[in-house]
Amino acid sequence: MQLTIILRIIGMLLMIFSVTTLPPIVVSLIYSDSTLMPFVITFLATLLAGLVIWFPVRNHRKDLRLRDGFVVVVIFWTVLGLTGALPFMLSDEPQLSLTDAVFESMSGLTTTGATVITESIDTLPPSILFYRQQLQWLGGMGIIVLAVAILPLLGVGGMQLYRAETPGPMKDSKLTPRITETAKALWYIYLALTILCALAYWAAGMSGFDAITHSFSTVAIGGFSTHDASIGYFNSPLIEMVAVFFMLIAGMNFALHFLAWRSFSVSPYYYDTEVKVYLGILATVSAITVSYLYYSGTFDSFGEALHQGIFQTVSIGTTTGYTTTAFYAWPGFLPVLLLLVSFIGGCAGSTGGGMKVIRILLLFKQGSREVSRLLHPNAQIPIKIGGKVLPERVVEAVWGFFSLYIACFIVFMLIILATGEDQITAFSAVAACMNNLGPGLGEVGAHFGNLSDTAKWVLSLAMLMGRLEVFTLLVLLSPAFWRH
Amino acid sequence: MKIIILGAGQVGSSVTENLVHEANDITVVDTDANRLALLQDRLDIRTIEGEAAHPQVLERAGAEDADMILAVTNSDEINMIACQIAYTLFHTPTKIARVRSVEYLAYPQLFSQEALPIDVLISPEQLVTEYIQRLIEFPGALQVLDFAEGKVQLVAVRAYYGGPLVGHELRALREHMPKVDTRVAAIFRRGKSIPPLGNTVIEIDDEVFFIAARKDIRAVMGELRNLDEKVKRIIIAGGGNIGKRLAKALEQRYRVKLIDHNRERTNMIAAELKKTMVLLGDAADEELLLDENIENTSIFCALTNDDEANILSAMLAKRLGARKVMALINRTSYVDLVQSGTIDIAISPQQAMIGSLLAHVRRGDVVAVHSLRRGAAEAIEAVAHGDRSSSKVVGHAIEEINLPPGTTIGAIVRGDEVLVAHHDTVVESGDHIILFLVDKKYVPAVEKLFQVGITFL
Repeated sequence: MQLTIILRIIGMLLMIFSVTTLPPIVVSLIYSDSTLMPFVITFLATLLAGLVIWFPVRNHRKDLRLRDGFVVVVIFWTVLGLTGALPFMLSDEPQLSLTDAVFESMSGLTTTGATVITESIDTLPPSILFYRQQLQWLGGMGIIVLAVAILPLLGVGGMQLYRAETPGPMKDSKLTPRITETAKALWYIYLALTILCALAYWAAGMSGFDAITHSFSTVAIGGFSTHDASIGYFNSPLIEMVAVFFMLIAGMNFALHFLAWRSFSVSPYYYDTEVKVYLGILATVSAITVSYLYYSGTFDSFGEALHQGIFQTVSIGTTTGYTTTAFYAWPGFLPVLLLLVSFIGGCAGSTGGGMKVIRILLLFKQGSREVSRLLHPNAQIPIKIGGKVLPERVVEAVWGFFSLYIACFIVFMLIILATGEDQITAFSAVAACMNNLGPGLGEVGAHFGNLSDTAKWVLSLAMLMGRLEVFTLLVLLSPAFWRH
Repeated sequence: MKIIILGAGQVGSSVTENLVHEANDITVVDTDANRLALLQDRLDIRTIEGEAAHPQVLERAGAEDADMILAVTNSDEINMIACQIAYTLFHTPTKIARVRSVEYLAYPQLFSQEALPIDVLISPEQLVTEYIQRLIEFPGALQVLDFAEGKVQLVAVRAYYGGPLVGHELRALREHMPKVDTRVAAIFRRGKSIPPLGNTVIEIDDEVFFIAARKDIRAVMGELRNLDEKVKRIIIAGGGNIGKRLAKALEQRYRVKLIDHNRERTNMIAAELKKTMVLLGDAADEELLLDENIENTSIFCALTNDDEANILSAMLAKRLGARKVMALINRTSYVDLVQSGTIDIAISPQQAMIGSLLAHVRRGDVVAVHSLRRGAAEAIEAVAHGDRSSSKVVGHAIEEINLPPGTTIGAIVRGDEVLVAHHDTVVESGDHIILFLVDKKYVPAVEKLFQVGITFL
């Protein structure tokens, strides 16, 4: 591990990301909402911290090694989660404790969307609201990917960082030969989607402020809202459908958006197996949800059941976590079904959470291969996706990922149970955090404010673990990493 | 520049490594996924697994907007057909292919635009053979590089005790040899470059790069070291492509012995070559070397495809009394390790070849590029175009040209005439200018210098 080089990059990143507190400052000035100082302090503190870290080691230039990549990514997410908590602690409203502020900030950055703010969100100062949404937006495409895009000097090291952050089982595929160009392309697409989404929301009847802030959390598959009732506040099926559309788009692999945009055609989506499976799963679950809602008489009219069912399925299935209604109070098996769908989550290379569709697909194919092998002991059955044979290495890695994901899940759940919560709460809280979903069931249906401090810290860790896809964090915790 | 490299073998990977640092978008194609993974781990490139000549693979590699395709797979046929396909389907502007087999090279009309549209043919073995040949021609030189079709040469020499100029200032060179015009382009002392000024004193062990017309090279070298006695006997270890070609090129003028351990190979070479003595045996066999009069050998060249074997047999030959030993070393990290020790010259085939490719990557009218000192430094031959108003070079005296730091203009070739650069030489349009860059990072600045303003059309 090359400590000086890691420090230099962390310092540089901190200085760059101190700039992200400027938009909330502008918002604060526009609305003159008296929350100016917390942001100014955060800005200066982050900038100064970055400077102090960077300055002594500014001349240590060397390529990042594999190990350094993991350390930089984990440290940076952690540090940004901590500095991101400052405005929540410093402002008069909501004035959170350290634990709550870190949870809120981590929930924002990892695009989870779980909140600990127990008072009314609607009355919070606009700058704080904007800041929460912006956190999600930054975390959506990935802060490291953003850094790689704007810092060409990361060079080859950029690839190490990129790999440690991007979700999905196959991280070596690049859209363009150079990593900075790839990162830039991703952010351009992300930015374009955000703008389109904001315009669509605005056209559908949201106010300018709501449209922009909600576009942030929609495209990031985050789930924070500026209202207590989330998307339900607008009570408009049109807005819900706009949200559904952009959640679906954001849950697809951004490499597909890139290909489609370059070739001006929709054929990349059409030929992609993962997207087909992703849409298929969501369609099936929507159909089940809608019919169950209708036949159980939860809603009076079929139309109501239809749009509530679809919206809630897409919102939970893509791990966004917007709500239009108290879905956790829905009958019988629906809330649990939706929560389980969130384990599948979005596609690889999207902003969505969960284990990613492609991994589930691979596991399923692997399972059916074993069945075929029992019938035909001598058969050679390769695992194919979209007509291409996948290397065994990828399949192995997916199994490793799956087992670790489940193991971490169980450990976290046991810890939450030990803090005194009931089973449904513990299960759904961990699922909501690890899958970067947001809302849970039971005690954590509306917000996470009533949990103990220990539980909040553990869940913050679970969110980071989910966002960095377990491996990156576990590598740092493995003894082999620290042995030279 | 968008470049597609076909083949991730020794040549392909070293070329990739050299080009990736020049802000190029590089995609490498190979059939071996493991090799690609190794490359991608180290370098910021994109890799595609597949058959290099298949149109679909080329398309996936981005052939549609590629500026250059470089076919260096180990099959001549794949390389040629890949260039053909790139030309027919994707209209790739520059197509470079490695063609090794003399059977094809013997018919140059094959490579015309109507037949096999390949713009540049490279044959690494041929380049390395020529490179070694030049070194043998000028014993004592570490590197000899041709510019302007060999009219001008850049020579690297290590200053030794006994050279008349050693211990004197550079300006004394002129007094020593009033008739010979030369220019010292760079001096490297203990691995670091120092600017060559008139009052710079040359010390023992300095690596001096100078530029002069071909006929003057020997005279200048004599100033820096006692000239080695003329080469008479040469032993070549390794009868591969390079060894055989070299023996063939040298056998008329020198007494050449070639050692190889493969019986069929030795039989074949012995049948093909006329005067070379072909020996069957191990090049690291002390008895064999002694029997073959190693102590009276002027040059021992270890040219097998095994780096370690080359290094060890060269060291052994040196200890047994060979006057000068050279070793072919592919692995760049070994080159520095070895050169300052027992082995006199480490030949890096990549470096010998990369220059011919770099010339096509450079912007502006660049004729030749030679990569020096493991790619850290570079010598460039560029053509000046335009007039005083549109060009930053033409119509200006050398002292007026705003050169980036560490860059020197060594010589100017005007038609057939070689002018060694002096501060008052005025550049004309069409001049070939030979520059030496101590640090490669200033290459873009030099490129800019030679780009003509928009007004010139």
